[in-house]
Amino acid sequence: MSARRPYMRPMAGWWRKNPFFIEYMIHEATALFVALYALILLVSVMRLADGPVAWNQWVAFLTSPLAVLTHVLVLVAFLYHTWTWFNIMPRTLPPIMVGGKRVSAAIITRVGLASAAAACIGVLVIAIGLAK
Amino acid sequence: MKRSNAPIFWALFGAGGMLSALIGPMLVFITGIAVPLGWLLPRDLLSYPNAMAMTQHWFGKAFLFIVIALFFWHSAHRIFHTLHDIGIHAGTTEKLVCYGAATIGTVAAARALWMIGF
Repeated sequence: MSARRPYMRPMAGWWRKNPFFIEYMIHEATALFVALYALILLVSVMRLADGPVAWNQWVAFLTSPLAVLTHVLVLVAFLYHTWTWFNIMPRTLPPIMVGGKRVSAAIITRVGLASAAAACIGVLVIAIGLAK
Repeated sequence: MKRSNAPIFWALFGAGGMLSALIGPMLVFITGIAVPLGWLLPRDLLSYPNAMAMTQHWFGKAFLFIVIALFFWHSAHRIFHTLHDIGIHAGTTEKLVCYGAATIGTVAAARALWMIGF
C-alpha cells in the first residue's frame, strides 16, 4: 500500500456559499419527505393487512399530535416539491413548439401548477365523495 | 456496448416526481391532517371496514401500489444523485442501498396489498 495521500478538495458545506445551490439542496432534500410519506403509506397497508387490532393502533398513532405535526412538515415539503418541480420543468423538457413558436418557460410552469391545483381538487372531491 | 439502465431509473424518478407534484400535497393533507383531525372529512373514512373496502377495490389497490412504489423510486433516485453533493462518493454500494431500498418497499407494498385480498 502506498502512503500517498493526494489532496482532496473539501466538499463540506460548499453549497452554502451560493443562494442558487442552497435552493438546489433544499429542493433535492424534499426527496427525504417523499420517502418518509411512502414509508408511512407502506406501514399503513402492512398494518391493515395485519387485521383490525393492528389497524386501530396505527390509526390511533396517526391522530396523535406528533403524527399530525409530522404530516404538516411533510405537507410543506410536498408543496415546495410541487413548486420547484414545475419551475424546473421548462429546463428538463425538450422544446415544445406551438404554431411555429417555442412555448415559453413561464407558460409551462403555469400550466404545470394549474394542473397540480386541479388534480389536488379532484382528489379532494373523490375523497369527499367516498366519505358520503 | 452494454445498454445503460439509467433511462429506466430516470423514468421512474420522473413518473414519481410528476405524480407527487400533482397530487402529493392533497394526499398528505387528507391522510395525515384532514382525516385524523376530522376536518372536511370524517375520521370514520379510515375506519377498519372503510379502509379494507377501499383497499380491496381494484382501483384503490392499484392506486396505493402505484403511489407507494413511484414515491419510493423517485426519492431513491434523487437521494442517490445528491450523495455526491454532500461529499459521499456515489458508487455501486450506494446505488444498491438506494435502489435496493426502493425495491424492498415496492415488494413489501405488493405483498401487503395482496394479503389484504380482493
